[in-house]
Amino acid sequence: MGRKEELAKKVQQLMHDLRHIRNIGTAAHIDHGKTTLSDNLLAGAGMISEALAGTQLLLDYDEQEQARGITINAANASMVHKYGGEEYLINLIDTPGHVDFGGDVTRAMRALDGVIIVVCAVEGVMPQTETVIRQAMKEKVRPVLFINKVDRLINELKVTSEQMQQRFVKIIGEANALIKRYAPEEFRSKWAVKVDDGSVMFGSAYKKWGISIPYMKKTGITFKDIYEHCAKNRQEELSKKAILHEVVLDSVIKHLPDPTVAQKYRIPQIWKGDIDSEIGKAMMNCDENGSLALMITKIIMDPHAGEIAIGRIYSGKVNRGQEVKIVGMPNPYHIQQVAISVGADRLPVEELNAGNIVAVSGVKDAAAGVTITNTDMEAFEKIVHYSEPVVTVAIEAKHMKDLPKLVEVLRTLAKADPSLQVEINQETGEHLLSGMGELHLEITQYRIIHEQGVDIQASPPIVVYRECTLGKGGPFEGKSPNKHNRFYLEVEPLQKNIVEAMQSGEIQTSGKIKDSKALAKKLQELGMDKIESKGVAAFHDTNIFIDATKGIQYLHETMELCIEAFHEAMKKGPLADERCMGVKVRLVDAKLHEDSIHRGPAQVIPAVRNAIYGAMCQAKRNLLEPKQKVFINVPQEMMGSATREMQQRRASIEDMKQEGDITTIISKAPVAEMFGFASAIRSATAGRALWSTEHAGFEKIPYELQDNVVKKIRERKGLKPEPYDEVYYAS
Amino acid sequence: MGKIIFIGFGLFDEKDITLKGLENIKKSDKVFAEFYTARLMGTSKEKIEELFGKKIKILSRKEVEEGKIILDAAKNKNVAFLTPGDPMTATTHVALRMQANEIGIKTKIVHGVSVITAAPGMLGLQSYKFGRTTTIPFPEKNYLPESPYDVIRQNKENGLHTLVLLDVKPDRLMTANEGMKILLMVEEKRKENVFTPETLVCVVARAGSDDCLISAGYVKNLSNKDFGEPMHSLIIPGKLHFMEAEALVKLAGAPKNIIKARS
Ligand SMILES: Nc1nc2c(ncn2[C@@H]2O[C@H](COP(=O)(O)OP(=O)(O)OP(=O)(O)O)[C@@H](O)[C@H]2O)c(=O)[nH]1
Ligand SMILES: [Mg+2]
Repeated sequence: MGRKEELAKKVQQLMHDLRHIRNIGTAAHIDHGKTTLSDNLLAGAGMISEALAGTQLLLDYDEQEQARGITINAANASMVHKYGGEEYLINLIDTPGHVDFGGDVTRAMRALDGVIIVVCAVEGVMPQTETVIRQAMKEKVRPVLFINKVDRLINELKVTSEQMQQRFVKIIGEANALIKRYAPEEFRSKWAVKVDDGSVMFGSAYKKWGISIPYMKKTGITFKDIYEHCAKNRQEELSKKAILHEVVLDSVIKHLPDPTVAQKYRIPQIWKGDIDSEIGKAMMNCDENGSLALMITKIIMDPHAGEIAIGRIYSGKVNRGQEVKIVGMPNPYHIQQVAISVGADRLPVEELNAGNIVAVSGVKDAAAGVTITNTDMEAFEKIVHYSEPVVTVAIEAKHMKDLPKLVEVLRTLAKADPSLQVEINQETGEHLLSGMGELHLEITQYRIIHEQGVDIQASPPIVVYRECTLGKGGPFEGKSPNKHNRFYLEVEPLQKNIVEAMQSGEIQTSGKIKDSKALAKKLQELGMDKIESKGVAAFHDTNIFIDATKGIQYLHETMELCIEAFHEAMKKGPLADERCMGVKVRLVDAKLHEDSIHRGPAQVIPAVRNAIYGAMCQAKRNLLEPKQKVFINVPQEMMGSATREMQQRRASIEDMKQEGDITTIISKAPVAEMFGFASAIRSATAGRALWSTEHAGFEKIPYELQDNVVKKIRERKGLKPEPYDEVYYAS
Repeated sequence: MGKIIFIGFGLFDEKDITLKGLENIKKSDKVFAEFYTARLMGTSKEKIEELFGKKIKILSRKEVEEGKIILDAAKNKNVAFLTPGDPMTATTHVALRMQANEIGIKTKIVHGVSVITAAPGMLGLQSYKFGRTTTIPFPEKNYLPESPYDVIRQNKENGLHTLVLLDVKPDRLMTANEGMKILLMVEEKRKENVFTPETLVCVVARAGSDDCLISAGYVKNLSNKDFGEPMHSLIIPGKLHFMEAEALVKLAGAPKNIIKARS
């Protein structure tokens, strides 16, 4: 294609000119129109034919994306846009909106400096809108706002021109409140989006028009014109005057930072090495002559080219044939291909430099989150996604002969999709596939069967649980097998805000504790007792281990073993071998044998583990189940059926809103009860319900259900049906 | 109700058992043994059974610590439980004895010879002058105790000798050389001048056997010397009485200058 070669040529010219580069993404609640908008930006920039934009969906090129009409994978496309007489290179990543694929949004943000937050004018700011704004702010990615589907507001909801504007005001207000809440301290007010300067835009991605106040001033178009064009079905005419891609890309270039500006504040956020080192300086200055620092944010499995790693170059250059390494791995690799992406296509280039988003092949062991370099450097900060897998299926190859292939396929899939976890059930030999939701696993299974050609058999989906306690337990005495050592432990639920701080990454819980003073201070701010905060010895997920003892001889020698026991206990809770969550474990006393030979790992680990389990028994063990918020839009007359559908699923209805003929039902339901919901709600409402979900974390399972659920999990895992009791752990 | 007789097996081979021990074994209905606290290098299960004229059952650490097998058997039988050395010294089996006591099973001890007395005796060191005994474990993941070093230091500060026992694992026995290396590593880290290449050290190998060996000298001269088959133990002398110094020189090949330097 001529267009693409032309782009490749332009990119080669523009890529060194950092002030003329923007790395941006789209982000929004599901279905708010990100991909339609992205496609039209590409069409406007001449990358695809205008006629196909919005229907062909260049960025939803995957077969499953096309079939289901949703984005699954974050997709990249580069384009060139002229602004103020100068050409700019825009690298765009279109992200998915469905919660099951939220991990891709989190990872994409790492490559970006700016984001177009898309909000549907009809639905308004939704929970996933909040999530993506939070993700963007965390990575210091600056936002502009595009209010989409304005055509539907006028034509379907039949609002008046005043009501339309009121609605805009409301959406902008809500979006800004979120930006303010989550923005980095220094940008709290600066990053608010404003109608007047064009950082807020309105339009219809589908009908291909867009508008902003500066654009109105320039062209003389008014809100009234817009309203009338829509109402009178003259949107095609409007699309010629209020040119979508111009409005949006102009705003992007004007309001979103170029890489030299952004890297100055983003690097200290995403890289904890020494800023004054050579590589630190090179990254701060986005210096193409520095050593290479490339952060991989996405792996694509290309049927022909194999594994393609996509990421952002923060300093240096990537060349074909260059020798590079992955930080933390010993082997060198040779870059085979360097390319820019336009949807599924990649346009090979000789090299690409700092400040750009690149696709490379040849770095065999690259995974999302790794750092690629040609020098010695510290890796970029880990990318932490806010939610974890909540659903599991057990799969088996239908034919024994396919087993080796299945193992290989699972390995590749897990590599391309970091939200997927693959484990082998040691008892049954089945593969356990855990994912973010039913859809995620359904698509993964589809890929295994239809794209990879391995026939499999899958169990019905099972929910992943967590364990905690209702109250306080202990001090509980745990004895070592040789009876010569005793450990005394207490447990209680950890304060909610501390758990949240651990989940959000505000408190770093992975690896060894580096700065215990700063940590103690942070925990005190969150309300932890001062002495306790100083005794924090380890984290496991959202559980804390505190050494509350004083001056016990030899205890320091066994502390690592106590911590190891804590990790073991938190990995497998006493109720059902599920992971613990939000448990505070305190070591309050210990009596140790004089000679170190009698207090080694084989003695200390079981003693401490039993004491933790015993204390948890005393504290009343409690199973937590994953919950989902469910948002359903239905026509008035279907409201009853939709509500009934939810109530059958142990859901609590949290809110109902009426707008025109449409009712919005907001409810919260256990994920365990939501299997098969898609088809159930379709038949209950004759296909007229629009719905979306949002992760709502883990909550206590109703007490009367607990015993039965525990029994089922234990049986599935091949454990004895009843969990052990206090007496067992005391012996 | 039955009875448990704890019988010390002694140091090296089946013949180290006392006559009283042998008599008690012959009279008992069931014989258990453990070899995880030390190994009797000069014998085998077959030889032992031949001497006893009956089968013995060897228990693992886990089985002894749980105690169930022995206690169940002792409910209505006389049970002999054989342990290397002296049953209530070093690795003490007092927990098992107390468990038995709680459920009304009678217990009795037949003592055996322990390295705790044998090693000082072989070297001519006076048992009055020993401080706390310590054991060096094989380093494991998350477990690198330094307390043996501390015990040596505290004993030295009080002018006392330290008997250092060496780890026994199912698949390997720590040699004197390995033990010295570990202490040197701790010294490297702590630098408290407790165990350096210039420290006087004694090695006892295969106590109780015909080819037993004792050796005294500076760490730098002994740490790479081959002492033959395990079991080995170390002794780090504190302040030496002139008799002790002379014994080390004459019996264990210590350099002569320790006589002047030390006393
Ligand atoms: N009427 C109208 N429909 C739109 C507009 N923008 C998008 N749509 C439609 O909304 C649906 C979703 O659009 P997408 O672009 O796939 O939305 P998305 O945000 O990319 O969806 P996910 O990536 O799955 O979250 C499609 O049917 C579009 O045709 C718009 O401005 N007006
Ligand atoms: Mg999309």
